[in-house]
Amino acid sequence: MRTIELSEVTAKIKSMFIDACENIPNNVLEALAKASEQEQSPLGKQVIDKIIENDKLAREKHLPICQDTGVAVVMLTIGSEVVFHGDIYEAVNEGVRQAYTEGYLRKSVVRHPLDRVNTRDNTPAIVHIKMVPGDEFRIDVAPKGGGSENMSLVKMLIPADGVEGIKKLVLDTVFNAGGKPCPPIIVGLGIGGNLEKSAMLAKEALFREIDDSSPDPLARKLEEELLEEINRLGVGPMGFGGTKTCLAVKVNTYPCHIASLPVAINIQCHAARHKSCKL
Amino acid sequence: MIRISSPVDPQQIRQLRAGDTVLISGVIYTGRDAAHKRLCELLKRGERLPVDLNNGIIYYVGPTPAKPGRAIGSAGPTSSYRMDPYAEPLLQQGLKVMIGKGSRSQQFKQLLQQYGAVYLSAIGGAAASISETIKKCEVVTYEDLGAEAIHRLEVEDFYAIVTYDSAGNDLFEQGMEKYKK
Ligand code: SF4
Repeated sequence: MRTIELSEVTAKIKSMFIDACENIPNNVLEALAKASEQEQSPLGKQVIDKIIENDKLAREKHLPICQDTGVAVVMLTIGSEVVFHGDIYEAVNEGVRQAYTEGYLRKSVVRHPLDRVNTRDNTPAIVHIKMVPGDEFRIDVAPKGGGSENMSLVKMLIPADGVEGIKKLVLDTVFNAGGKPCPPIIVGLGIGGNLEKSAMLAKEALFREIDDSSPDPLARKLEEELLEEINRLGVGPMGFGGTKTCLAVKVNTYPCHIASLPVAINIQCHAARHKSCKL
Repeated sequence: MIRISSPVDPQQIRQLRAGDTVLISGVIYTGRDAAHKRLCELLKRGERLPVDLNNGIIYYVGPTPAKPGRAIGSAGPTSSYRMDPYAEPLLQQGLKVMIGKGSRSQQFKQLLQQYGAVYLSAIGGAAASISETIKKCEVVTYEDLGAEAIHRLEVEDFYAIVTYDSAGNDLFEQGMEKYKK
């Protein structure tokens, strides 16, 4: 048994959110640099270069990359040999509260979807917990902006729709979103499971590193083909037209019912902020 | 690159074309959903606006809190389509330029032609860079709305891209058409 202090979790969550909001991961910057080289539209290239300039400036001056510092999404992977005392959700929320109030981040959460009163400290976070064997304790955080999340969806396709149906759904979704989710985007695709499982798969897909590819050959093939097909849509950086609409497609799958083909699309903007650590 | 100073010259605004890049200097006002709603309610009741929008510019933004020593926090554009229902009453007050991101309704595009106004895009997510061009920021009204309050910004060389012009051109449509394969 390994004991984890919840105060340590709170402190980590706080520093990880501030860090995530100010420092874009290196591999995202590399993907943007590559996109700038490949973009055929001069205005599109100018836009990507301005995004890169922004991300570097944010890093240098310790400023949030984007004013939408998002809803706090937290994934905890907890080994069954780990013990802690107290309320893990509260420990996470306290970290989020401290990050957003002391770290000059924007508070974008309302207490109720219908009365829409701001909670003023960006809590509550959205916390997902995954249990694994062993004594691991891993924290993944992502501040998720509203612009790209709003362009996401879940759709229950039928088996007859197949790969073609999935592709059409993704292409239509990205095309209709246009410039709204701040392209170049990353597409997280969850296929299989059921309604809520597919949404979770899509979110987990976005927590993958931007430069990895799926170990599953069927998923990997779909990732590669969709990336190419999305970039043929012409949407381009910020929707102004161009050949770089998408930086990466991530496909996660799960077994499903003989009658269904659930598909969830989670769109991530170029401000792909994500940090992880192990305690 | 075209230079624009505010209050704007309506003639110059009419000549802007989709795809032009501009640098704005002068005063711009911020406003998002909640502030727009209140402004339109005032107008409906026949009351005066708390800001002079004649030949003015509104920027759809809700910045992060300013760090010590900075005029404003990170301040990139928010999606504009949510402000479409509020556009016409403000255009009637002489508003000429709106800055945000993303596409908007057909009806909104027609309003721009009718009122000789334009819609510009700032680069979504380039919020730290944009904040460098904002030299001063003060709350004008609706302080209770926090980041959504109406702020008066003084900007220098604020970069934006003409997205819908007053002649009915749409940069999104033109650009996508050109690069679609
Ligand atoms: S979609 Fe992303 S980059 Fe664009 S404003 Fe929202 S959080 Fe920022």
